[in-house]
Amino acid sequence: MTDITAHWTLALPEIWVLSMACVTLLADLFFAEKLRDIAAVLTGLTLLGAAALTFMLMGQRGTAFDGMFLADPFANVINLFSYLAVFLVVIYSGRYLRERGLYRGEVFVLLLFALLGVMIMASGGNLLTIYLGLELLALSQYALVAMYRDSLMATEAGLKYFVLGALASGLLLYGMSLLYGLTGSLDVRDIAAGLVNVTGANLVLVFAMVFITAGIAFKLGAAPFHMWLPDVYQGAPTAVTLFLASAPKLGAFALIIRLLVDGSYGVMAVWQQIFIVLAIASLVVGNVIAIAQGNIKRMLAYSTVGHVGFLSLGVLAGTLNGLASALFYTVVYVLMSLAGFGMILLLTRAGFEAERIDDFKGLAQRKPWYAAMMLIIMFSMAGVPPTVGFYAKLAVFQAVIAAGYVWIAVIGVLLAVIGAFYYLRVIKVMYFDAPEDAAPEIARDDVAAAFMSVNSVALLILGILPGPLMAFCIYALQGVI
Amino acid sequence: MAYFPLLSLAIWTPVIGGILTLVVGDRRPRAARWAALLFSIVAFALTIPLYTDFNDHTAAMQFNEYAAWIPSLNIHYHLGVDGISLWFILLTSFLTILVVISSWTNIQQRVAQYMGAFLIMEGLMIGVFCALDAILFYVFWEAMLIPMFLIIGIWGGPNRVYATIKFFLYTFLGSVLMLVALLYLYFHADHSFNLLTFQQIPIGSTAQILIFIAFFLAFAVKIPMWPVHTWLPDAHVEAPTGGSVILAAVMLKMGAYGFLRLSLPIVPDASRELAWIMIGLSLIAIIYVALVAVVQEDMKKLIAYSSIAHMGFVTLGFFVFTAVAMEGSIIQMLSHGFVSAAMFLCVGVLYDRMHTRQIKAYGGVVNTMPIFASLMMLFAMANVGLPGTSGFVGEFMVVLGTYQVYPWAAILAATSLITGAAYTLWLFKRVIFGAVTQPAVAALKDANGREVLVLGSLAFFTLLLGVWPAPFLDILHSSVHHLVEQVAMNKIPA
Repeated sequence: MTDITAHWTLALPEIWVLSMACVTLLADLFFAEKLRDIAAVLTGLTLLGAAALTFMLMGQRGTAFDGMFLADPFANVINLFSYLAVFLVVIYSGRYLRERGLYRGEVFVLLLFALLGVMIMASGGNLLTIYLGLELLALSQYALVAMYRDSLMATEAGLKYFVLGALASGLLLYGMSLLYGLTGSLDVRDIAAGLVNVTGANLVLVFAMVFITAGIAFKLGAAPFHMWLPDVYQGAPTAVTLFLASAPKLGAFALIIRLLVDGSYGVMAVWQQIFIVLAIASLVVGNVIAIAQGNIKRMLAYSTVGHVGFLSLGVLAGTLNGLASALFYTVVYVLMSLAGFGMILLLTRAGFEAERIDDFKGLAQRKPWYAAMMLIIMFSMAGVPPTVGFYAKLAVFQAVIAAGYVWIAVIGVLLAVIGAFYYLRVIKVMYFDAPEDAAPEIARDDVAAAFMSVNSVALLILGILPGPLMAFCIYALQGVI
Repeated sequence: MAYFPLLSLAIWTPVIGGILTLVVGDRRPRAARWAALLFSIVAFALTIPLYTDFNDHTAAMQFNEYAAWIPSLNIHYHLGVDGISLWFILLTSFLTILVVISSWTNIQQRVAQYMGAFLIMEGLMIGVFCALDAILFYVFWEAMLIPMFLIIGIWGGPNRVYATIKFFLYTFLGSVLMLVALLYLYFHADHSFNLLTFQQIPIGSTAQILIFIAFFLAFAVKIPMWPVHTWLPDAHVEAPTGGSVILAAVMLKMGAYGFLRLSLPIVPDASRELAWIMIGLSLIAIIYVALVAVVQEDMKKLIAYSSIAHMGFVTLGFFVFTAVAMEGSIIQMLSHGFVSAAMFLCVGVLYDRMHTRQIKAYGGVVNTMPIFASLMMLFAMANVGLPGTSGFVGEFMVVLGTYQVYPWAAILAATSLITGAAYTLWLFKRVIFGAVTQPAVAALKDANGREVLVLGSLAFFTLLLGVWPAPFLDILHSSVHHLVEQVAMNKIPA
């Protein structure tokens, strides 16, 4: 690779997002007084431009910068869905941020940097690049969570997230260093080659895999590394929670692909065992504890843990089919949680957070269409056909059964039934209960409502025609395995 | 006619009609009612050619539709009907019209949503009866829960929230293991979800037993069989009249249909091996649950328990594996579809006037409502199984078919003629006959034209099926004989 421009071409979307993040920061500095929306508009343009660049590069494979940077369809697909997620975050959270005095350039710049972190993780070909992307994402997230300085909860959540996140990064880094010691390389493909002669009986390898998987599990929010998740989801401003539940999950999935599949596919038997434990623990913890929650953000946080359990089922199958179903699940989860937290944002007003499940009481009478959207979202999360959530579960179950673990699938479906209960409770509150007298008028937010409608209806349409999205996920992973 | 997608039309016309009803009728209840009536009549009309063009000389699937749906998992949009499913499609589309008419005035809240939910549910239920792809079947099977969940929860009685969540979770729990079994079969059948392929592949005996149990949980909950029947009385009591009608007349049949379409032909060896359990549970339903029905104070609860007892006959007929009994079971399902629907509608007629379902609040209704009383008389007799009504044909055939194989089981089952008479006639006596003691009963007005139309049309079919069952049976013969052959097959690989 002598031609330096070839390297740059492959990394064009990343370079574009980085440059535009800086431009947004500067533009906000000089023009924010006159043009209040400039940062949001520039963020939107950045995402559109990045999407165009990614489409242009779609399907190209190659490495750049001495193997530090990979370009492949998997990275393209993760990038595209991350753009979509950040775009929806910007649309859904505008009014919420304005009403709380948080509608500032920094928020958008941090979102762009976090996005860049996800993109770099998806394209990392070297442990250093991957770690760099991870930390870029994590540091932006800490700042975003703690952004709402007036809120004690948010500050506390930010600190908790920072301390525990740093610990997790440490675990991951330690695992990486063991892997380096074992193979003598930081390059993911060299590591894969170096592990050919290493067996599962090698204690150093086992330690390396345990630490790496623990780090990933932490970022993903899989039990028993989920402790931060409910507190952070609940404490962070809802607009930030909306983001935390979207693109970073795609980033964490990219970590699995780059570290465990690209790097350590040869020793899959080692990390597969760990994922069995993680999956079952997450399914139990997420679905059972969510029942007891009265705060909908906290409930959705535990439901996230449950969803991570389901997507881990696809990962532990380890086949192309299984990983594709896990990617499908992740994408579907991102769409569902964007819609779910988006709905909470739609119901908020200045001074009213709409965080309690009781705040949804009688929504079917106050705003029938909002209630109908939430109905679709909840049934999709519960995995009831004909919503897309069902196919996500179907896909991971078939992968797990194909891998020979029928008993895990049985545990999974039973916990899906337990999970259905708390989603049904939200529907019950919306449809069967009378509105609370104190419930404030629902604010008008036509743009967000329009996008929410598209988002929710998409959950139904994708449920009726899930074929293309599934094919797309298989396409993304075809070259990886 | 062969390439005209009749089944798709039968499924999607009501679904789309339901969505349109939701949209147009949001603030115009009158428009919603008329739209719902129009769509339900059109949907019924679309199912009639299924009967007229049906070839009853073959057991093969007819009106097939086959298209790729989710290629990466080899899931197809595969529809078809045989003699077994045909009647249930017609029953569903016919009863939906009656539900729309009978709910004309007694639903005043959120009319469009109510009508829309019933239409959408109609399409989904027809989908269950046509689906020949396992995942398509499962999708319709589960999706149907959503509208029913809302119908009971929004328009139901005082304890509706408890009842509807119990209904949903109970049936959901039953169904999910079926999904695991279907996925297992998918790999066993070399990556195919085709139900007809499932019926042909050999399966080992342990796997057959486990699959049978998974299917059993799904279908037994839905039918419901004793001891997993406890959701039904709650759901029936709390559901609005229309909900009870569809629940009793169609949804319960779905569980029984599942046994016919999935359990018996896919795992015949396990079915034969475990038949004694099924027969035992059926007899418990017939005898014990009928006794439970006798002591009920609430009219709807009584009819709900009587439904469980009648469905016991259906499952008994399936698991003795004779063609007569199996045909009898299917006729019993149809008959129960008419009679239980009519009984719930009768209770609905009384409830609309008196707002109570307690038996002791009534008495002497015949004095003020003679037309209604005579119609209800007919249905009560059909519920008992009096010759000349539809109830007799099915029960008689089941008892006859059972007697050939297990005489003792037939004798036990025949006791239902006594217990059935006990609970039905006693109910009838306490509600309809006697002197008028309550002033509210004295003020009752007789059934109006709409109610007479609904009950009269059901009375017509109850009598038709009772007096001249031949046309109904003709459709069944080929398919049932084929099924009996399938059940006798040995599918365990040597």
